[in-house]
Amino acid sequence: MAKMRTVEILVGAFMVAGFVALFFLAMKVSNLSMTSSGPGYTLTARFDNVGSLKVRAPVSIAGVRVGRVDAIRYDQDSFQAVVNMRIDAAFDRIPSDTFANIFTAGLLGEQYIGLDPGGSTEYLVEGDQIEHTQSALVLEQMIGQFLFSKAEEKSE
Amino acid sequence: MGNGSPRLSTARSDRGPDASGSSVSPPARGESLVKIRGLRFLREGRPILDGIDLDLERGKVTAIMGPSGTGKTTLLKLISGQLQPDAGSVIVDGQDVHRLSHRELYRLRTRMGMLFQSGALLTDLDVFENVAYPLREHARLPESLLRKLVLLKLEAVGLRGASRLMPSQLSGGMARRVALARAVALDPMMIMYDEPFTGQDPISMGVLVSLIRHLNDASRLTSIIVSHDVRETASIADYIYIIANGQVMCRGTPAQVAAETSDWVRQFMDGLPDGPVHFHYPSAPLEREFFGAGGDAQ
Amino acid sequence: MIGALAGLGRSGLAAVASVGRAHLLLLGILGGTGSLFARPRLLIAQMFSIGVLSLLIIVVSGLFVGMVLGLQGYYVLSQFGASESLGVMVSASLVRELGPVVSALLVAGRAGSALTAEIGLMKATEQLSALEMMAVDPVRRILTPRFFGGLLSMPLLAALFSAVGVLGGYFVGVGLLGVDDGAFWSQMQAKIDFHEDVVNGVIKSIVFGVVVTWIALFQGYDATPTSAGVSRATTRTVVHAALAVLGLDFVLTALMFGD
Repeated sequence: MAKMRTVEILVGAFMVAGFVALFFLAMKVSNLSMTSSGPGYTLTARFDNVGSLKVRAPVSIAGVRVGRVDAIRYDQDSFQAVVNMRIDAAFDRIPSDTFANIFTAGLLGEQYIGLDPGGSTEYLVEGDQIEHTQSALVLEQMIGQFLFSKAEEKSE
Repeated sequence: MGNGSPRLSTARSDRGPDASGSSVSPPARGESLVKIRGLRFLREGRPILDGIDLDLERGKVTAIMGPSGTGKTTLLKLISGQLQPDAGSVIVDGQDVHRLSHRELYRLRTRMGMLFQSGALLTDLDVFENVAYPLREHARLPESLLRKLVLLKLEAVGLRGASRLMPSQLSGGMARRVALARAVALDPMMIMYDEPFTGQDPISMGVLVSLIRHLNDASRLTSIIVSHDVRETASIADYIYIIANGQVMCRGTPAQVAAETSDWVRQFMDGLPDGPVHFHYPSAPLEREFFGAGGDAQ
Repeated sequence: MIGALAGLGRSGLAAVASVGRAHLLLLGILGGTGSLFARPRLLIAQMFSIGVLSLLIIVVSGLFVGMVLGLQGYYVLSQFGASESLGVMVSASLVRELGPVVSALLVAGRAGSALTAEIGLMKATEQLSALEMMAVDPVRRILTPRFFGGLLSMPLLAALFSAVGVLGGYFVGVGLLGVDDGAFWSQMQAKIDFHEDVVNGVIKSIVFGVVVTWIALFQGYDATPTSAGVSRATTRTVVHAALAVLGLDFVLTALMFGD
């Protein structure tokens, strides 16, 4: 029946439109395209305090995102946090004496790892550990330090 | 329904001598396709059917008549298993309807046809597809054979030319005829008619009346007509049951019922406005209504 | 006094019985899933009547909701100098909440009431009885295709609502109010998470699809077979479905978006 045919075509078009919308939401609206599981390599870094760093937080050099935090775990032997980072394969010339810092994006924003390249001519490869790290700034510690230094000033 | 309890004609109900009051036993009846024994059905505590016994003879047209609301449609639904009785049994072709499994009940239903009061055609299908529906469901037929069957059924009710109309384009009488064609599509062993003559003009009525009789005789069907159209139904029925107040008030051939002399049956069959079923709803006397208890003028 | 209590008890029991009947009906509907594959035409017809025919209202509403979000969001955010986050605000509101919820409410009103009226009318004109007499299970033949039609259409409609809404917000924010184009999309892409936001939104819309369609079908099937009964049932569908959607939204949001 001709009418059934029209109905089928319209339903098909409806489903296609719906999936296109879902695809749009996934790709253009959300960060799906960013979480490329493309080729890359893993680096680790140890921190005394990772603050509020989360898995999938960005890893950037000079403000450009080069990878993501893959996993964060606690090492009971060294009492440190061990962070695994997945770096895109395109960025394969990170010097081995690079600093890994935990910064905060904006005033109240999320925390991310900023890599500060060193001067070594050797580059990090899969599985390497970044030796030089700086932990996240914890607000209470800063305030405590500030008060302490103020008290010292006073007593002088 | 009447508010006075109709007097049961003493020598004439359920068991015992026949309606004419003589002591001759009722004429021998053939084998019953449907046996109903002690059937009781309550709705909200009130008994709609109170222990009735019926026999519906094979190959005959049996009419079940009575005033509105006496549970005639309920009776049909009990026979087809759509409702469960509170007591009693319904045996159709040797099978106790309410003890069947779901599958067996559905198989039994393919051998029963039912014509609903409004036709109950499926509104989104045309006439042809409506009649073809049970065939498509239950019979694996090649399309050409199906087409011929459907057109034959429509021909039997005189509507072969209307096969592509939609139900909304049919008149009430035509819709019922299409529904009849659908009910006989699978060549059932019995058909139940729920108030088939209600609200029909004389011509449609005549058409339906003759169709019911002819179908019954041509295909050796058993027909059960539930109706309160006394004259039309009595003209084609082989046997009549009159049900009121949950009981069988009277049973017999049309001739026997016509000769029945109990007041209640006579009021019903002849359509008299007053009798055991009173004309006036119970109320205070007229004088008191208008002029008050002590005779004060209002 | 006793009479009032007895009446209350009666209504309570009736409500409980109604819930029980609804669940039994759902079981019957789900039981017919297998037979759906034998007659895909029925499902397609229902997806047309529930999904395709709701497209107009969904798309237009989505567009306007998105545009209003863009406007209101801009006014509020620019007070904090954060107008560049407009994209995030519009898309987060839509994808997480407004898309699934508003489209469910619209579908309940448009398609849900139509379903209830259709089924109720079929009951009143004895079509359901006729099907039973023809040894066809009306629940499997009539209700199951409609249930899955609603269930499958809802997430697609919600996605369309959100997508069109985002575009509407873009049009107003970037096109009319001068928010930076790049910032609009890049902030959105950075902050909206596929798993947490988009997928959760889809899950919500599927749950809403089940609930709305189920309520619509039950009210129709259970309606008193008179014209007054059918109209009451239609009203009940819209009210119950709306309340259920909003209530479930709270529960799901608490489950999904808590920490």
